[in-house]
Amino acid sequence: MALIELRNVSKIYFLGGEEIRALDNVSLDIEAGEFVSIIGPSGSGKSTLMHIVGCLDSPTHGTIRLDGVEIQGASSRELARIRNRKIGFVFQFFNLLPKLNVLQNVELPLIYSGVPAAERRRRAMDALKLVGLENRVRHRPMQISGGQQQRVAIARALVNDPRIIFADEPTGNLDSQTGETILELFRDLSRQGRTIVLVTHDPEIAAMTPRRIEIRDGRVAPQVNPKLAGLDRFPAAQAAGANTPV
Amino acid sequence: MNLLNAILVGFKEIWAHKFRSLLTMLGIILGVSSLVGMSALVKGMENGMREALVAVGGVERVRIEQADIPAEQAHLADQAPGITMNDVYALKHNATLTRLITPEMRLRNVTITRGGRHATPFIFMGTWPSALEMNEHEIQYGRMFNEIDDESARSVCVIGTEVRDALFGSPEELGYDYNPVGQQVNIQNQVFTIVGMFKYYESEQDRRRRLAEQARLQVAAMTSTNSAGGASRDRGRGGRGRASWVFRVKNNTVYIPLNTMWLRFRTAAGTNNTPDPRLTGLAIKVADVDVLEPAIEQAHKALLRVHNGVEDFSFETQENWAENIASAIRNARMSGGIIAAIALLVGGIGIMNIMLASITERIREIGIRKAIGATGTAIFIQILVESVVIAIIGGLAGLVTSFGLVHVLTSISPTDNAPEITFLSCAVAFSFSVGVGILAGLIPAFKAARLDPIQALRYE
Ligand SMILES: Nc1ncnc2c1ncn2[C@@H]1O[C@H](COP(=O)(O)OP(=O)(O)OP(=O)(O)O)[C@@H](O)[C@H]1O
Ligand SMILES: [Mg+2]
Repeated sequence: MALIELRNVSKIYFLGGEEIRALDNVSLDIEAGEFVSIIGPSGSGKSTLMHIVGCLDSPTHGTIRLDGVEIQGASSRELARIRNRKIGFVFQFFNLLPKLNVLQNVELPLIYSGVPAAERRRRAMDALKLVGLENRVRHRPMQISGGQQQRVAIARALVNDPRIIFADEPTGNLDSQTGETILELFRDLSRQGRTIVLVTHDPEIAAMTPRRIEIRDGRVAPQVNPKLAGLDRFPAAQAAGANTPV
Repeated sequence: MNLLNAILVGFKEIWAHKFRSLLTMLGIILGVSSLVGMSALVKGMENGMREALVAVGGVERVRIEQADIPAEQAHLADQAPGITMNDVYALKHNATLTRLITPEMRLRNVTITRGGRHATPFIFMGTWPSALEMNEHEIQYGRMFNEIDDESARSVCVIGTEVRDALFGSPEELGYDYNPVGQQVNIQNQVFTIVGMFKYYESEQDRRRRLAEQARLQVAAMTSTNSAGGASRDRGRGGRGRASWVFRVKNNTVYIPLNTMWLRFRTAAGTNNTPDPRLTGLAIKVADVDVLEPAIEQAHKALLRVHNGVEDFSFETQENWAENIASAIRNARMSGGIIAAIALLVGGIGIMNIMLASITERIREIGIRKAIGATGTAIFIQILVESVVIAIIGGLAGLVTSFGLVHVLTSISPTDNAPEITFLSCAVAFSFSVGVGILAGLIPAFKAARLDPIQALRYE
């Protein structure tokens, strides 16, 4: 049984009578320990997919199993608990709380899972050591660089030892060199056996991951050989590929 | 997220917006301080009124006076005995709920002279020594006359301070408090010896003011070495209403033994050369206010028997007065309460307003918190706690302010009764402010708790 199982998942928005299929009948499995990238052009539904799998949003149709548990129809309290214990998010805009210092930001998920203060501190420090920021704990997010902020966000995502880490364009707001160090961090985490789902629109980044899932107009595009990644820039190749079975 | 954490976050949030929080708290501060201040004023008023009531003997004291015979008994008029010592003895034996009985024989328009000076007491009466307790008198110099004085109809008297002031000079006049005990005075041209003098009666408020004045004068005297006599007493002329009148009457009292009154001043009035035995009235004190009604009933029965069924007497209680006080207090409380409630309501609306603004400002933060696992309940509690913390700080500040407010009120209108801040009013005001904080926080907290995490995260 896969860690993540999506079956016929659709997300439909209704805007002024018009139907927008942000996700259209998506089925896919992600195994524990996989390092997957989700790639596709802007507006293709990558974030929507990540939010639904990450229990931030609920699908219009379809079923989702996360770690063996069906999550559609779960109460918002249960979803919050799953987000807290099993999922770590890393966002493009870091999403740290500006009024809290680095350590407090990393401690936050532990506060919501009721971990006592001393252990909270210890685990937050461990997570910060992992991302190499143990000497910046008293700084506010505004007092450190973008790359450092993203590492704090990764430490926050890791602190509760989640089953999956979702990263939505984690390098989208960083220069390429800093982005490279962040990606290196993800590769390290992957080598340690963590399941990572990386959302990106950059084929070069996607090319680094062992598996790529391509999304177009809310649908999963047929699997493409990573070596031929460049081909999907050509409409003809894409049209031809669409007929090949998964 | 436990409560302590929520409170800490609340404090941080308030500290981060100090000025805004202060403005928000202002409503609560005003509400709490007006509530406490109002109730302090009312309490002061009540104290003044009750003081006067106690000074005339309290609610337990009931007067029995001669009254017109009811129309249906008019034919029995010649059998009406009036109020006599027989009534006193009858009550003593049969009115078990009555604790104290004092006969009163009054004389009006009495002039007391000494040397070139004279006094006309408001109350001049012959009575028993128990009148001291009955009418809440206290002796300052000498003693009350006793049973032996009464038995042998000695020409002794106990006087009030204003009578002393008129005959011998007031402390302001003399520069010291004159002790008249042992002096002789002429009452209606009969010589009496003063055996005692009552203390000076005044309202608590007057006393405080006088002491303050005294202290001021002493300081003035120390600095200028120009002794300015004793502290001046307010003769009640400055005061207003029934309360200060009560104290004035009390200070203008002269008591003599009942038998002395009867023999010395009633002889001429009686028929067949026996003095008129009728009393002006009786005062009785019941054992307890709770049994006032049955006690009066009992006394009524006992008197009817002595009076051969002729109802030529009436009971006069202070209950009306007590009721007037109670209703005045109720009204004052009500209007004060309404004002304070409106202030608190406005304060609550202010808190709600600011909390709504605050959650709108923090939609993204709430989204982030939710994304990393905060439940709706945790967010709800966080916002609610913040609102309550504002209310609590405002409430405490309001309590502090109310002490200042009461101070200001006292100095603005010193002739009113001294306001008294009660613990109860503080407790009520504080719990109201906390309640307002909770109510004001509910809607914003609910809104924040229900925010959709995705929309909150996308919010710019
Ligand atoms: N709340 C919404 N209401 C209506 N349509 C929405 C809503 N949220 C997303 N969509 C639509 O769903 C589609 C997928 O959006 P999504 O954010 O998943 O794209 P994306 O692949 O993450 O794009 P990007 O790379 O720009 O982040 C878009 O066409 C978008 O307009
Ligand atoms: Mg996106």
